[in-house]
Amino acid sequence: MERSLSHIALFAALIAVLGFVPQIMLATGVPITAQSLGIMLCGTVLGAKRGALAVLLFLLLVALGLPLLSGGRGGLGVFASPTVGFLMGFPIAAFVAGLVVERSRAPIGLAAGLGAFLGGVLVLYAFGITGMAIMLGKSWPEAALLITAYLPGDAIKVVLTGLITHSLARMRPGFLPTRH
Amino acid sequence: MLALTSPVATPLHRLPAGAKLAALALFTAALFRFDTLPALAAALGTVAALHLPGGLPFASHALRLLRPLWPFVLILILWHLWTDDLRGGSALLLRLITAVAAANLVTMTTRLSDMIAVIEGLAAPLARLGLPPRTLALAIALTIRFLPVLSDRLSRITEAWRARSARRPGWRILVPATLATLDDADQVAEALRARGGAG
Repeated sequence: MERSLSHIALFAALIAVLGFVPQIMLATGVPITAQSLGIMLCGTVLGAKRGALAVLLFLLLVALGLPLLSGGRGGLGVFASPTVGFLMGFPIAAFVAGLVVERSRAPIGLAAGLGAFLGGVLVLYAFGITGMAIMLGKSWPEAALLITAYLPGDAIKVVLTGLITHSLARMRPGFLPTRH
Repeated sequence: MLALTSPVATPLHRLPAGAKLAALALFTAALFRFDTLPALAAALGTVAALHLPGGLPFASHALRLLRPLWPFVLILILWHLWTDDLRGGSALLLRLITAVAAANLVTMTTRLSDMIAVIEGLAAPLARLGLPPRTLALAIALTIRFLPVLSDRLSRITEAWRARSARRPGWRILVPATLATLDDADQVAEALRARGGAG
């Protein structure tokens, strides 16, 4: 109980902190925010349930008025903005990523990469595009067109999630809460 | 850096947080029913007028909070100029800006502690699902407490990297950062257990 609580709370803080430091993630000149990487790591490291709860706790703090989203955004306003679909998709994305790591028999790095792709790209984009289509009054394909700019960054993040989860599993064998 | 609450005291600061949140929910729901331009313009005017008692610093704070919205505003304007649907575009723009500004107004005029109190009240029914309000409050407090700790840790890891390598610190520093977070979490769990548990 205490262990779950502290993992959830500290990973919620980690997501926020990764949003403060976008500059470290400059890969080949493309600025990508490390925040969604944090969301994926919550799933692949903590597992489906606790990963999703950590993301929910993070979103709760954002709604309470803390400027924790990347770029210093926060407050209730972000839940009325066109990107609200992504926010709704965050916990589900972490859940899916965690579920894949828990269920898959593939090596952990590969499983984490697959989880990050299914959760952090497919599921997250489905939510994000739907939210944008509703908020901007556009059709689904039109909204999808608007966010293709994010795809290269997210492809990099899928690979990074796999690499980081793999490194963590090697440094702490049997420690990752996802796999016992 | 913490909390977006405005230091400028306005009459709205004195209203109870629960009432403001309920009003915001009703207002936003109504906003998505309105379709006529005059009604939407009136809604935006009302929200703008509510900012007036705060004066210039309050208004500029509000404008700063709206900044992430401008790229979407630009896209909508270009899109609707191109498709020649100015009426539809204006309605979308008015609704979007009004909804976000109204939500920001509640955030700016409500203290964090008051918000947390409302959440604890709303979360009371979750106790039946195994989440007592105390545990939720503890989780919120732990997260807020560890924001500066983890932020500081990340900058120290970055400095350590810079001291050893001419290359820029890349994604690799996320491994020690995540590892340290896992270790911290274990120690916090031990500490909680030693003090009688979180339950």
